[in-house]
Amino acid sequence: MPAPAIHVQRVSLRYDSDQQALNEVDLTIPQGALFGILGPNGSGKTSLFRVLATLVTPTQGDAEVFGASTRDAAAAVRQRLGAVFQSPALDDTLTVRENLAFQGALYGLHGASLRDRISTVLGYVDLHDRADNAVDTLSGGLARRADLARGLLHRPDLLLLDEPTAGLDPMARRSFWETIAALQQSEGTTMVVATHLMDEAERCDAVAILAQGELVVEGKPALLRAALGDEMLWLATDEPYELARDLTAQFGCEAHPFEQGIQLLHDNAAQLVAPIYEAFGDRIQSATVRPPTLEDVFMAHAGAQLDASVNTLSPMYSA
Amino acid sequence: MSTALLTVTALCRREILKFVRDRSRVAGALVQPLAFWLLLGLGFQGAFQMPDSPVGAVGYVEFLFPGVLALVLLFTAIFSTISIVEERASGFLQTVLIAPTSRTAIVLGNALGGTLLASVQALLFVVVWPWVGPGLTIGGVAYITAICLGMGIGFTALGCAIAWRTDTTRGFHAIMNLFLLPLWFLSSAMFPLDSAATGLRELMLANPVSYAVSGLRHGLYVEAPAVLADPVTCLAVTWGFAALMVGAAVWSVHRPLFQTA
Repeated sequence: MPAPAIHVQRVSLRYDSDQQALNEVDLTIPQGALFGILGPNGSGKTSLFRVLATLVTPTQGDAEVFGASTRDAAAAVRQRLGAVFQSPALDDTLTVRENLAFQGALYGLHGASLRDRISTVLGYVDLHDRADNAVDTLSGGLARRADLARGLLHRPDLLLLDEPTAGLDPMARRSFWETIAALQQSEGTTMVVATHLMDEAERCDAVAILAQGELVVEGKPALLRAALGDEMLWLATDEPYELARDLTAQFGCEAHPFEQGIQLLHDNAAQLVAPIYEAFGDRIQSATVRPPTLEDVFMAHAGAQLDASVNTLSPMYSA
Repeated sequence: MSTALLTVTALCRREILKFVRDRSRVAGALVQPLAFWLLLGLGFQGAFQMPDSPVGAVGYVEFLFPGVLALVLLFTAIFSTISIVEERASGFLQTVLIAPTSRTAIVLGNALGGTLLASVQALLFVVVWPWVGPGLTIGGVAYITAICLGMGIGFTALGCAIAWRTDTTRGFHAIMNLFLLPLWFLSSAMFPLDSAATGLRELMLANPVSYAVSGLRHGLYVEAPAVLADPVTCLAVTWGFAALMVGAAVWSVHRPLFQTA
């Protein structure tokens, strides 16, 4: 059996600012996967990537990339790894082609093989016609694609993508993801994407959910959602904590209180609506029954909201 | 070709491309030293008197010329490394660091780029010399080039070492100005050693930039006025300082980018 692309064992990381970034994270990602690391800002996604990319040594535990330790065999890890960070790692004053040539040199590529490879990756991201434009003349979406081409140039076996679509409009995001999916197929690259966006996580073969430096759950998106049942109930209320306690006491169901309301997990959520209204109708503003989303998975496991700015009760989240 | 060599070439090439594409930087690089030299030179011309010169009377415009050359080298070299501070915050530097290339090559590539820029700029300035002083010889220009390269490498490497530990470009400017101007003032660029007060003389003799300035004087004259040491010592000190600074920069770059507990 081939070594997994990523094997992380009890990795903890504490910066000298005394901030605990990762806490005993265990994670195994098979070769060839499109894997999502889902978590809000500050959950430790970037720190995990820094460990995997050999930029920082974990304070405790071990991380391996294709069987090579990031601590003791950083050179072997670097050879097989590519990364696309939150802000494009391109030099604005250079053209796309010059940036790619620069990246190639860092990996020992030169001459005709470098030129061929540049042409190939430009094809992947559909940027041939802008190759000789300076990066600062490109739109945000195009610059991201150029950066993706940079990350792929040296044919990495593993590509880490840290919030690669941050700041892009929905159309550019979709096109970026289509490129990623196509590349996973054509190059067989293992892709690990850190994101806080639900729809991006849904596109992955499997996801791990990270909250406050801890890995809370992992699995295929569909299975994670199914584990919460077919339906779930959302109650909007002004007193989520008190009401959740009362609901659990009276109906024996799992109720998670949040700022905006209560997430109620029950196999027959729809049938609970009537009895709940009968008992606590005066304390409930509205009730929504819908199939669970990955956000619900996150909330159920992490006990917090993924993105506090998103109103979970808004219709776009109701099915 | 080895990855290290490719890395050095790529970083160096990038530094030069960045420079030539930035018109304001090119204009500033050419006009600023010229203005500085003429304003200061013509301003002090009447007040300056050169003590015991082997070449007879030396006007202040002529005396200041090697000093301005040194100033061009110092500032261009050091400030070419300011981009490291910005790139550390962006992803650019991180992607360079996770590449399987040597960190020493990263330092050398950055240093060489800045050094070439600074040296070319200084040598372009040297072209003016025949109208100011006694003229140029091939040997003299070759010697000046050797001093320029040594000084360039020394100060780009110093800039590199400091940029690596500095979080903001503002901080970098502050630290650099704290270092650079006193180094230049005390290098016999503005006033000769003989006319300085006793306390200052020791400082001037201990300052590596003094030897670069004296070196530049050696290259410009057959028998140079106001020099601190012979040509061999000047070259040796300049290149010794460069080696020391490259060592400091390499050490600095090998330290982790993120500090863990």
